Amino acid sequence: MSAVLEVRDLAIALPAGSDRSHAVSRVSFTVTSGEIVCLVGESGSGKSVIAQGIMGLLPKGLPVTAGTILLEGENITHAPPERLRALRAARMSMVFQEPMTALNPVMTCGEQIEEVLREHAALGPAERRAKILAILREVSLPDPERIVAAYPHQLSGGQRQRIMIAMALVLEPALLIADEPTTALDVTTQAQILRLIADLQSRHGTGVLFITHDFGVVAEIAHRVAVLRLGELVELGTKQDVLTRPQHAYTRMLIGSVPSLRPRTRQADANAPVVLSTHGLGKTYRDRSWFGKRRDVRAADDVTLEIRRGQTLGIVGESGSGKSTVARCVVRLIDPTEGDIRLSGQDIARLGAAALRPLRRKVQIVFQDPYRSLNPRRTVEEAVIEGPLNYGVPRREALERARRLMELVRMDPAVLARYPHQFSGGQRQRICIARALAMEPELLIADEAVSALDVSVQAQVLELLEEIRERLSLAMLFITHDLRVAAQICDQVAVMSQGRVVEYGPAASVFGAPRHEYTRALFDAAPGRGFEFAAA
Amino acid sequence: METPDARQYEALSVESAAVVRRESAWQRVKRNWSVRIGGAVLVVLLLVALIAPFLGTVDPTLFDAASRDLLPGQAGEITTLEGETVKHSFLMGSDSFGRDIYSRVVYGTRVSLIVGVATALLALAFGIVLGLSAGYLRWLDGILMRVMDGIMAIPAILIAISLVAMWKGSLLTVVIAIAIPEIPRVTRLVRSLVLTIREEPYVEAALSLGTPTWKIMFSHILPNTVAPLVVQGTYICAAGILTEAILSFLGVGLPPDIPTWGNVMAEGRAQFNEYPHNIFFPGIFLAATVLAVNILGDGLRDTLDPKMAKRV
Amino acid sequence: MYAFLARRLLATIPVLAIVAVLVFLMLRLTPGDPAAILAGDAANTEQIAQIRAGLGLDRPVPVQFMIWLGNMLSGDLGESFYYKMKVTALIGQRIEPTLSLAALTIAIAVLTAVPLGVLAAWRFGGWFDRALMGFAVMGFSVPVFVLAYILIWIVSLKLGWLPVQGYRRIADGFGPWLQHLILPSITLSVIYIALIARVTRASVLETLGEDYIRTARAKGLREARVLVRHALANAAVPIATIIGIGIALLIGGVVVTESVYAIPGLGRLTVDAVLARDFPTIQGVILLFSLFYVLINLLVDLSYVILDPRIRY
Repeated sequence: MSAVLEVRDLAIALPAGSDRSHAVSRVSFTVTSGEIVCLVGESGSGKSVIAQGIMGLLPKGLPVTAGTILLEGENITHAPPERLRALRAARMSMVFQEPMTALNPVMTCGEQIEEVLREHAALGPAERRAKILAILREVSLPDPERIVAAYPHQLSGGQRQRIMIAMALVLEPALLIADEPTTALDVTTQAQILRLIADLQSRHGTGVLFITHDFGVVAEIAHRVAVLRLGELVELGTKQDVLTRPQHAYTRMLIGSVPSLRPRTRQADANAPVVLSTHGLGKTYRDRSWFGKRRDVRAADDVTLEIRRGQTLGIVGESGSGKSTVARCVVRLIDPTEGDIRLSGQDIARLGAAALRPLRRKVQIVFQDPYRSLNPRRTVEEAVIEGPLNYGVPRREALERARRLMELVRMDPAVLARYPHQFSGGQRQRICIARALAMEPELLIADEAVSALDVSVQAQVLELLEEIRERLSLAMLFITHDLRVAAQICDQVAVMSQGRVVEYGPAASVFGAPRHEYTRALFDAAPGRGFEFAAA
Repeated sequence: METPDARQYEALSVESAAVVRRESAWQRVKRNWSVRIGGAVLVVLLLVALIAPFLGTVDPTLFDAASRDLLPGQAGEITTLEGETVKHSFLMGSDSFGRDIYSRVVYGTRVSLIVGVATALLALAFGIVLGLSAGYLRWLDGILMRVMDGIMAIPAILIAISLVAMWKGSLLTVVIAIAIPEIPRVTRLVRSLVLTIREEPYVEAALSLGTPTWKIMFSHILPNTVAPLVVQGTYICAAGILTEAILSFLGVGLPPDIPTWGNVMAEGRAQFNEYPHNIFFPGIFLAATVLAVNILGDGLRDTLDPKMAKRV
Repeated sequence: MYAFLARRLLATIPVLAIVAVLVFLMLRLTPGDPAAILAGDAANTEQIAQIRAGLGLDRPVPVQFMIWLGNMLSGDLGESFYYKMKVTALIGQRIEPTLSLAALTIAIAVLTAVPLGVLAAWRFGGWFDRALMGFAVMGFSVPVFVLAYILIWIVSLKLGWLPVQGYRRIADGFGPWLQHLILPSITLSVIYIALIARVTRASVLETLGEDYIRTARAKGLREARVLVRHALANAAVPIATIIGIGIALLIGGVVVTESVYAIPGLGRLTVDAVLARDFPTIQGVILLFSLFYVLINLLVDLSYVILDPRIRY
């Protein structure tokens, strides 16, 4: 077992005027052959910068200022560009997060792999083709002959990531750097890709530096773990040690923030009044062009759900399952094509704009992207009081309410005068929650509201939502792709797949004894499901 | 779980984008060199236009047969409207009627600036109304945008030339004729901005807050279109000044006795080989003006609307 | 593919129809009676009425439009008031110089602007980039006719290298043809180079920020290949688009350039027709130019399918 990669006291500077002087400093770790080292950290921890530093792909503003990087014993810290270019793909390779954008859309997959061979290996056309087909088979792509001629957009996300992996490994490099390679994928695809990476690296003895923010993934794949915080390595050890006996306070806090997959056991009042119910709700998109073929896409189909006061219904599903479509129908941002939506008994599915207006107050929504949910040109105050003013609340009273709400979401009321860009993602989500609550709604919808947040911030926002639901007896509709989050917060869970609800029931029974095949597959794929994390 | 520790960590793990201090748009604009240079040149030109009578000029329509075809700097005489003959130094020479080119060029600044600004304002006003309508009224969208496509298919200069030729050249007709072919571009820009901004979660949030459509349009959508429209406005202004000069030069713009840069150049065409300055002096003014407006526009684009570079 | 071609051709019909309506309305909104203009100053009322009936001007406007449209569709653009000949024949005489000028200009512009734009994007922020962007702003700002006179003055008058004005038919030999056309083409291409170089730079700059460029570099590819096969290939669609949009600009430039260089083409014809208020000719030329513009943009649309495999209709 030799060290494939050795990083010693690495420091990479940030441009002047940034919030700190270095992107990373004093970082040391090694990756030996046949080993997977996970580099874990929240956004801004510098984990991707380290990867770029190793590959010699740092942008000009981020120079390596100290330390050494050894690849198979060779010091490549300040190696000339030509040498680095020769090493890339041949001795060290990289796989990126977003397989759609990481592949060139105007070249076939075969050409893109062939490029690597042309550049780094002296092979004839026939040999190259044989090698390409062999590696495609090795990453378990069906029908390699067809894939060679296919463009990236003709493949699924998982297939594209397999192409990336094939491209990275075709020359059998000693080191593979995988930068969040499964973050953009659905949970079932993620499980397959993780298994593939683990298989290939053990078969070829590749050393893998695996960058991730997800402790579930760490539990699934790591041999050793390095934890980064603001550019510094705070903890380094075996998976077992770090995940179950974390030493540093930050690691403990991070791991404590990972929601458990075990559903909570809160006794929900089965007789609480029903706030919202849908019956046979459906949304079909018609793609009609003048001459083209007519295509119908059923985004949601026969969705029947019910949410009671003071309770949380979670809708869980992968991308394209229709979960957000249901949420947007309920808020009437889009018009459902079938079924009805009863809000406190009244059907709102087909109400016109004027009739709907008085009812809009009762249903409020918090979106996923904290950066686009607030108008950049309006202050927090204007955002929070906009709704109440629309319903005739006097300005003074609306302002008073806004101040109280800021306290409720644990922010200083003094920030009301500021603009959204002065806040972090977590803070913005709190503002969005305050804006929604200013309407005194009966139903709060959170559409992937914590998905874009770091795990520690996510834990805080989840806790806040829970507290608000309890205090205001709100009904909550919680849309998420994250099973852990769903287990943490939901009383009832509906699992959606291809526009339909395939399983629906109390969280304890859905998580405890899933009946539908899809639900079981989904739960099986949840990374780190068998792993017992250290308690906070 | 809500430990003091965790609190501290959220404060620390603030996304770097949010930490980088953002200056207000106006501060960024003021510090931009393109804006400063372009703006300074335009301020000077504006002053020239305003105080034209005090810059050693004579009435630009005056002529004197005795002072024909003078070279730059030559002295000659000119007859005033009262029939008085006075000595005058022809800084930029004179044309074949004996008119003072310097005076005509200085007064020409007025026409160019008025035409540029007026065209931009007119095209923006119509473009905003039409673009908002197309973006918000689905029944109107199809037919309106097809008409805009139709106008765009006819080369701008041909529309302008034909319209002026039919209406007879006056300041108003020239401005309208130049503005019309620019309207489709503004309409398209406004429409695409409306359609993009409409999809933003903050607009959807406003919708679920019960904000009426007209209010969403004015308080959420329009303010976010201002930056690209200001930038577009400067480009139309530059194009307007150029087109007016072209019309005058081709002899289909303002009547030849009105001092415009294009008219001075048109008059100098026939004798270009002997007296190239008749074309070069107004040409330099024209190019400098358009350049200043374009540089100002680029500066505004870079500071106000960095995404615009992609749309062009 | 054929289905797409057919659909795309059909889609140009509404645009052309609107152009036709606009041109018809534009000329009918003319103050003054076309019949009176046609008849000349010496004509009496009776003669004018006769001409008006001959032109169908005494019928309701929609009927006039249908008659007019029928004539247009059958290829009859009417008779020139001024040249006293069929407008189609007139256009036939004048089309060669214009096509030559336009083709040479586009060739010069595309061949210089695209490489320059790619280089500028590659060396973003460097001296070359700044110099090219400076040139581009100047290119937009210096009026075509001013540039034309500057070039004539230097190249033809002072250096005596090229003829000052005029045009030779290509049938009279390639050499003289090129000699007379090279200066006008360079003049006209400046603004076009500025436009295409700017868009090329902006689009390549954008693709250089894409993830697949990072992938290409991580694969250890040479910089030239990263630039051409990965960056430029993905920037091709916006570049093709601007070449198409710029055609309108080019036509405007043709009108001015032909006037300055005394080239007997369609641009010159347009100006002469406008000065003579020769409406049938004006309308014929506008329709032809618009048709040309629509056709070029149709070709550009078709090129997308080749340039980007994601685009399928």
